[in-house]
Amino acid sequence: MYSNGYIFRYASIIVILAAAFLSAASVLLKPFQERNIEIDNMQGILSAVKIPGVTALNAIPQFNKYIVEEQVIDPKTGDVLNDYTKSPKEDAPAFKIDLKAELYNKAHNKPYKLPIYIAEVNDQKIYVIPMYGQGLWGPIWGNVALNSDFKTVVGVYFDDEEETPGLGGEIKSAHFKDQFVGKTIFDNHGNFTSIKVVKGGIGKLAPDDRIHGVDALSGATLTSNGVNDMFENVLKSYLPYIKKHS
Amino acid sequence: MSTKNQEREPIFSAANLKLLTGPLNLNNPITVQVLGICSALAVTAKMKPAFVMALSVTVVTGFSNLVISWLRNGIPPRIRIIVQLVVVAALVILVDQLLKAFVFDVSKQLSVFVGLIITNCIIMGRLEAFAMANKPWPSFLDGIGNGLGYGMILLIVAFFRELFGSGTLFGFQIVPESLYHMGYQNNGMMILPPMALITIGTIIWVQRTFKRSLIEK
Repeated sequence: MYSNGYIFRYASIIVILAAAFLSAASVLLKPFQERNIEIDNMQGILSAVKIPGVTALNAIPQFNKYIVEEQVIDPKTGDVLNDYTKSPKEDAPAFKIDLKAELYNKAHNKPYKLPIYIAEVNDQKIYVIPMYGQGLWGPIWGNVALNSDFKTVVGVYFDDEEETPGLGGEIKSAHFKDQFVGKTIFDNHGNFTSIKVVKGGIGKLAPDDRIHGVDALSGATLTSNGVNDMFENVLKSYLPYIKKHS
Repeated sequence: MSTKNQEREPIFSAANLKLLTGPLNLNNPITVQVLGICSALAVTAKMKPAFVMALSVTVVTGFSNLVISWLRNGIPPRIRIIVQLVVVAALVILVDQLLKAFVFDVSKQLSVFVGLIITNCIIMGRLEAFAMANKPWPSFLDGIGNGLGYGMILLIVAFFRELFGSGTLFGFQIVPESLYHMGYQNNGMMILPPMALITIGTIIWVQRTFKRSLIEK
């Protein structure tokens, strides 16, 4: 029979070996993974602008082609702190901003800054605002592309870490994202409305408000609420900038 | 067993080969033992994620069998399941990290299912049933064989689902454009998980039609 001491020693050694092995693997693979995440970000931004045919392989040249300007803004005043128009676009300070950390600072009333990307498609400027929020099980994030009037949505992109496939994970599906196209985030009087994700469908809204809403996903109320809150929370921070530039 | 006896057994003896090929046919983990169904339903809408999943599971079953078999005489029986889980979990995390580093898009499609390889019954099943009682090399072959048996069914299911559901295979268009102009449509049902269950059911039906010995009395 094995003594308790042996069992403890055995378990400890196995766990420490496994931990050391995994730490080494994590450190070695990190640069590759970070590069992939950057490329994924580019794909997300281009997807919101509705550039067709972007894959992981051509994301960098496409990003450099369509994105003309990347700005870091001060959400309090709406001032542009850094305006980057050089190449390569992926070296821009705006692109290096960790949105999660900045929104954490915001929630804790500390100074923070936000990125905005300006794409040019068919001589039209399109403003891409990255978003970050909470789904049901973990973080959700995405981008919303606005027309140069800062009012109409050109396209959106969502991604999540661990929403339930088939339920909350459906925020990534085309049928959910396509609903946002053509919706507006301001009403006719210039008041900020955000985009409401409405449980039970936008039929529940007053006819005039339907242009500011989309149908929530059935079976995924909490993820839908997360998307709703993400829009409102993030877009609010861009209001001073939008006022100054529209 | 004498050492002389051990030396004489070739690496791919008949008994060892059987470990490798058995799970591909009469002892298939999915169609005969009906294990690992959950992920088989989830990742088979397209060939590419199914292929990567099959490869990942094969690597994990093979190497976890190898490691556990190598450790088997020292593992205290009272904590053997925990030790097995540590080994399997470490391997799965490693596979997940590798996928994130080298095939990021597939890793995103597989999302939680890579992590869920840990709970794939095939792996724990093979560790308990085989690796704990056999030498490392046969255990490794048994693990690889079972991973391949699992992967084979995954690929067959994904083949039908992607072909009829999306008209593509590995993302390449197979169904010609002209057919769509003539009114052919992709079957959206094939993309949904229930059709994976029906496809697996059909495979089991076909297999049992040819191998009557598999039919329970």
